[in-house]
Amino acid sequence: MTFEPSVTSSADATRTMQFRIWRGDQSGGAFQTYPMQVSEGMVVLDCVHRIQAELATDLAVRWNCKAGKCGSCSAEINGQPKLMCMTRMDTLPPDAPVTIEPLRSFPSIRDLVTDVSWNFRVKKKIKPFKPRKPDNADGSWTMFQADVDRVQEFRKCIECFLCQDVCHVLRDHHKHDEFVGPRFLMYTAALEMHPLDTEDRLKDLKDNDGIGYCNITKCCTKVCPEHIGITDNAIIPMKERVVDEFYDPITRLFRMFKPKK
Amino acid sequence: MSRNPLSLPQVRGFLKTERKDNWWIVPLLVLAGLGAFLIYSTWAAFQGSNFFVGSVEQPGVQQLLSPFYSPVLWDPNGIHSGHAWFGALPAWWPAWMFFSPALLILPFPAGFRFTCYYYRGAYYKAFWGDPASCTVGEPAFRGQNYRGEQKFPLIFQNIHRYFLYAAIVFIGLLTWDGLVSFTHYNADGTLGFGISIGTIVLVLNPIFLSMYTFGCHCLRHLVGGKHDCLSCSKHREGAYKRVTWLNERHMLFAWISLFGVAFADIYVRMCASGAWTDWRIL
Repeated sequence: MTFEPSVTSSADATRTMQFRIWRGDQSGGAFQTYPMQVSEGMVVLDCVHRIQAELATDLAVRWNCKAGKCGSCSAEINGQPKLMCMTRMDTLPPDAPVTIEPLRSFPSIRDLVTDVSWNFRVKKKIKPFKPRKPDNADGSWTMFQADVDRVQEFRKCIECFLCQDVCHVLRDHHKHDEFVGPRFLMYTAALEMHPLDTEDRLKDLKDNDGIGYCNITKCCTKVCPEHIGITDNAIIPMKERVVDEFYDPITRLFRMFKPKK
Repeated sequence: MSRNPLSLPQVRGFLKTERKDNWWIVPLLVLAGLGAFLIYSTWAAFQGSNFFVGSVEQPGVQQLLSPFYSPVLWDPNGIHSGHAWFGALPAWWPAWMFFSPALLILPFPAGFRFTCYYYRGAYYKAFWGDPASCTVGEPAFRGQNYRGEQKFPLIFQNIHRYFLYAAIVFIGLLTWDGLVSFTHYNADGTLGFGISIGTIVLVLNPIFLSMYTFGCHCLRHLVGGKHDCLSCSKHREGAYKRVTWLNERHMLFAWISLFGVAFADIYVRMCASGAWTDWRIL
């Protein structure tokens, strides 16, 4: 189905572009094309809002901050997982239609909105932070910046779930029952690497979280809007800790003679 | 783990995507680059000849040994390289069995690269389409049968750190070959000092390999990454920072060192066959 734009000209209009937007729900759907005038400085979310206002008032789209910090407006733009509010129109090919789809690793609710609640259920099952006894008499701890640098990188995550969407283990293989996805491998890494934490999550990583399903495509790292080194700094270090614990006979031998913490 | 089942959209067909960029270029380059290296290195390893120049019988020529053949444990029959640790091929080696010194040692560096975290991600995409690129559809047969590295056989990728230990030994051996390449035999059988183009090639080779090997993800873990407290040891913190610097450039050095080691073999092979002359600079 094709719509005609109600606004045909404006002072700052520079060009008309075609937008192929996926419309549908759990039962199925299809792309519909909307023409829209694009002005300098617009981002994809601006265009979607204008289409929603003028051409498709029933178009469902989730958004909030428009500043790349809430992680609500995640979608697939020209096949690549991105935040709609942070994707400038001048970075997209001007002569080709702009394709906008919902996240494909999660069930559709309607149009561009998906049900990402699976992620929150997964998060609840990860063992929480368990600090050691306070270092000081006043109940506080002493930490050094060098020890929390790694963890702080992971704390930049805005939970947009673009990494979950792009991960082929969830997207193509639908291993939601056996694999927690890059977001929660990183979340676990942030807890495991924390200098105060005393909990052990390595067995969970291996048996329940399916860290072995990650085959290091680095797609999660490529789509992260916060530029977190998810694969190199979180997942691979966790894979190595799992190797230490379960696969390397020499470290297992050494551990037999090492006092427990 | 039991979680609520999800009803997900239809998976895209093999190589289908909404991407509009030239996503196929990188996997194609990886396929071509790694494929060419695999074919060439296998061919070179099975040659069993033309792997060195500059022996006692070749006075005045710098001593160069191909990195594919280093270390030479035994010389093949009829060849005296001067590099063999244990001399001629022993009598117990079955006469019917083909022998090339490279076949005994190449499994170690090959295993290091095969199990390398960078190469794994690269060849899973380029050779197995798993996936061919991000958000590009996979072959339909794989579907929920995907096992990743969670189960047999790819669970054996976890052996990577043992290949790292071997690779570090090889860095030492190839550094020694680089030092030996500064020498040549004189006509009276004594050793002389000199520098040739081959010397530069064999000195650069272990440098490139070091930049790759010492940026290994496993090494990063072993020198400090496995500890929650990096600041507890200044040596640990320093080593972790240095390995991290190399690790951030792991892909770059993986390719530079791969082409470097292949070129070193090509150079020695061409000089040994007489096609090229190893020009002396000093």
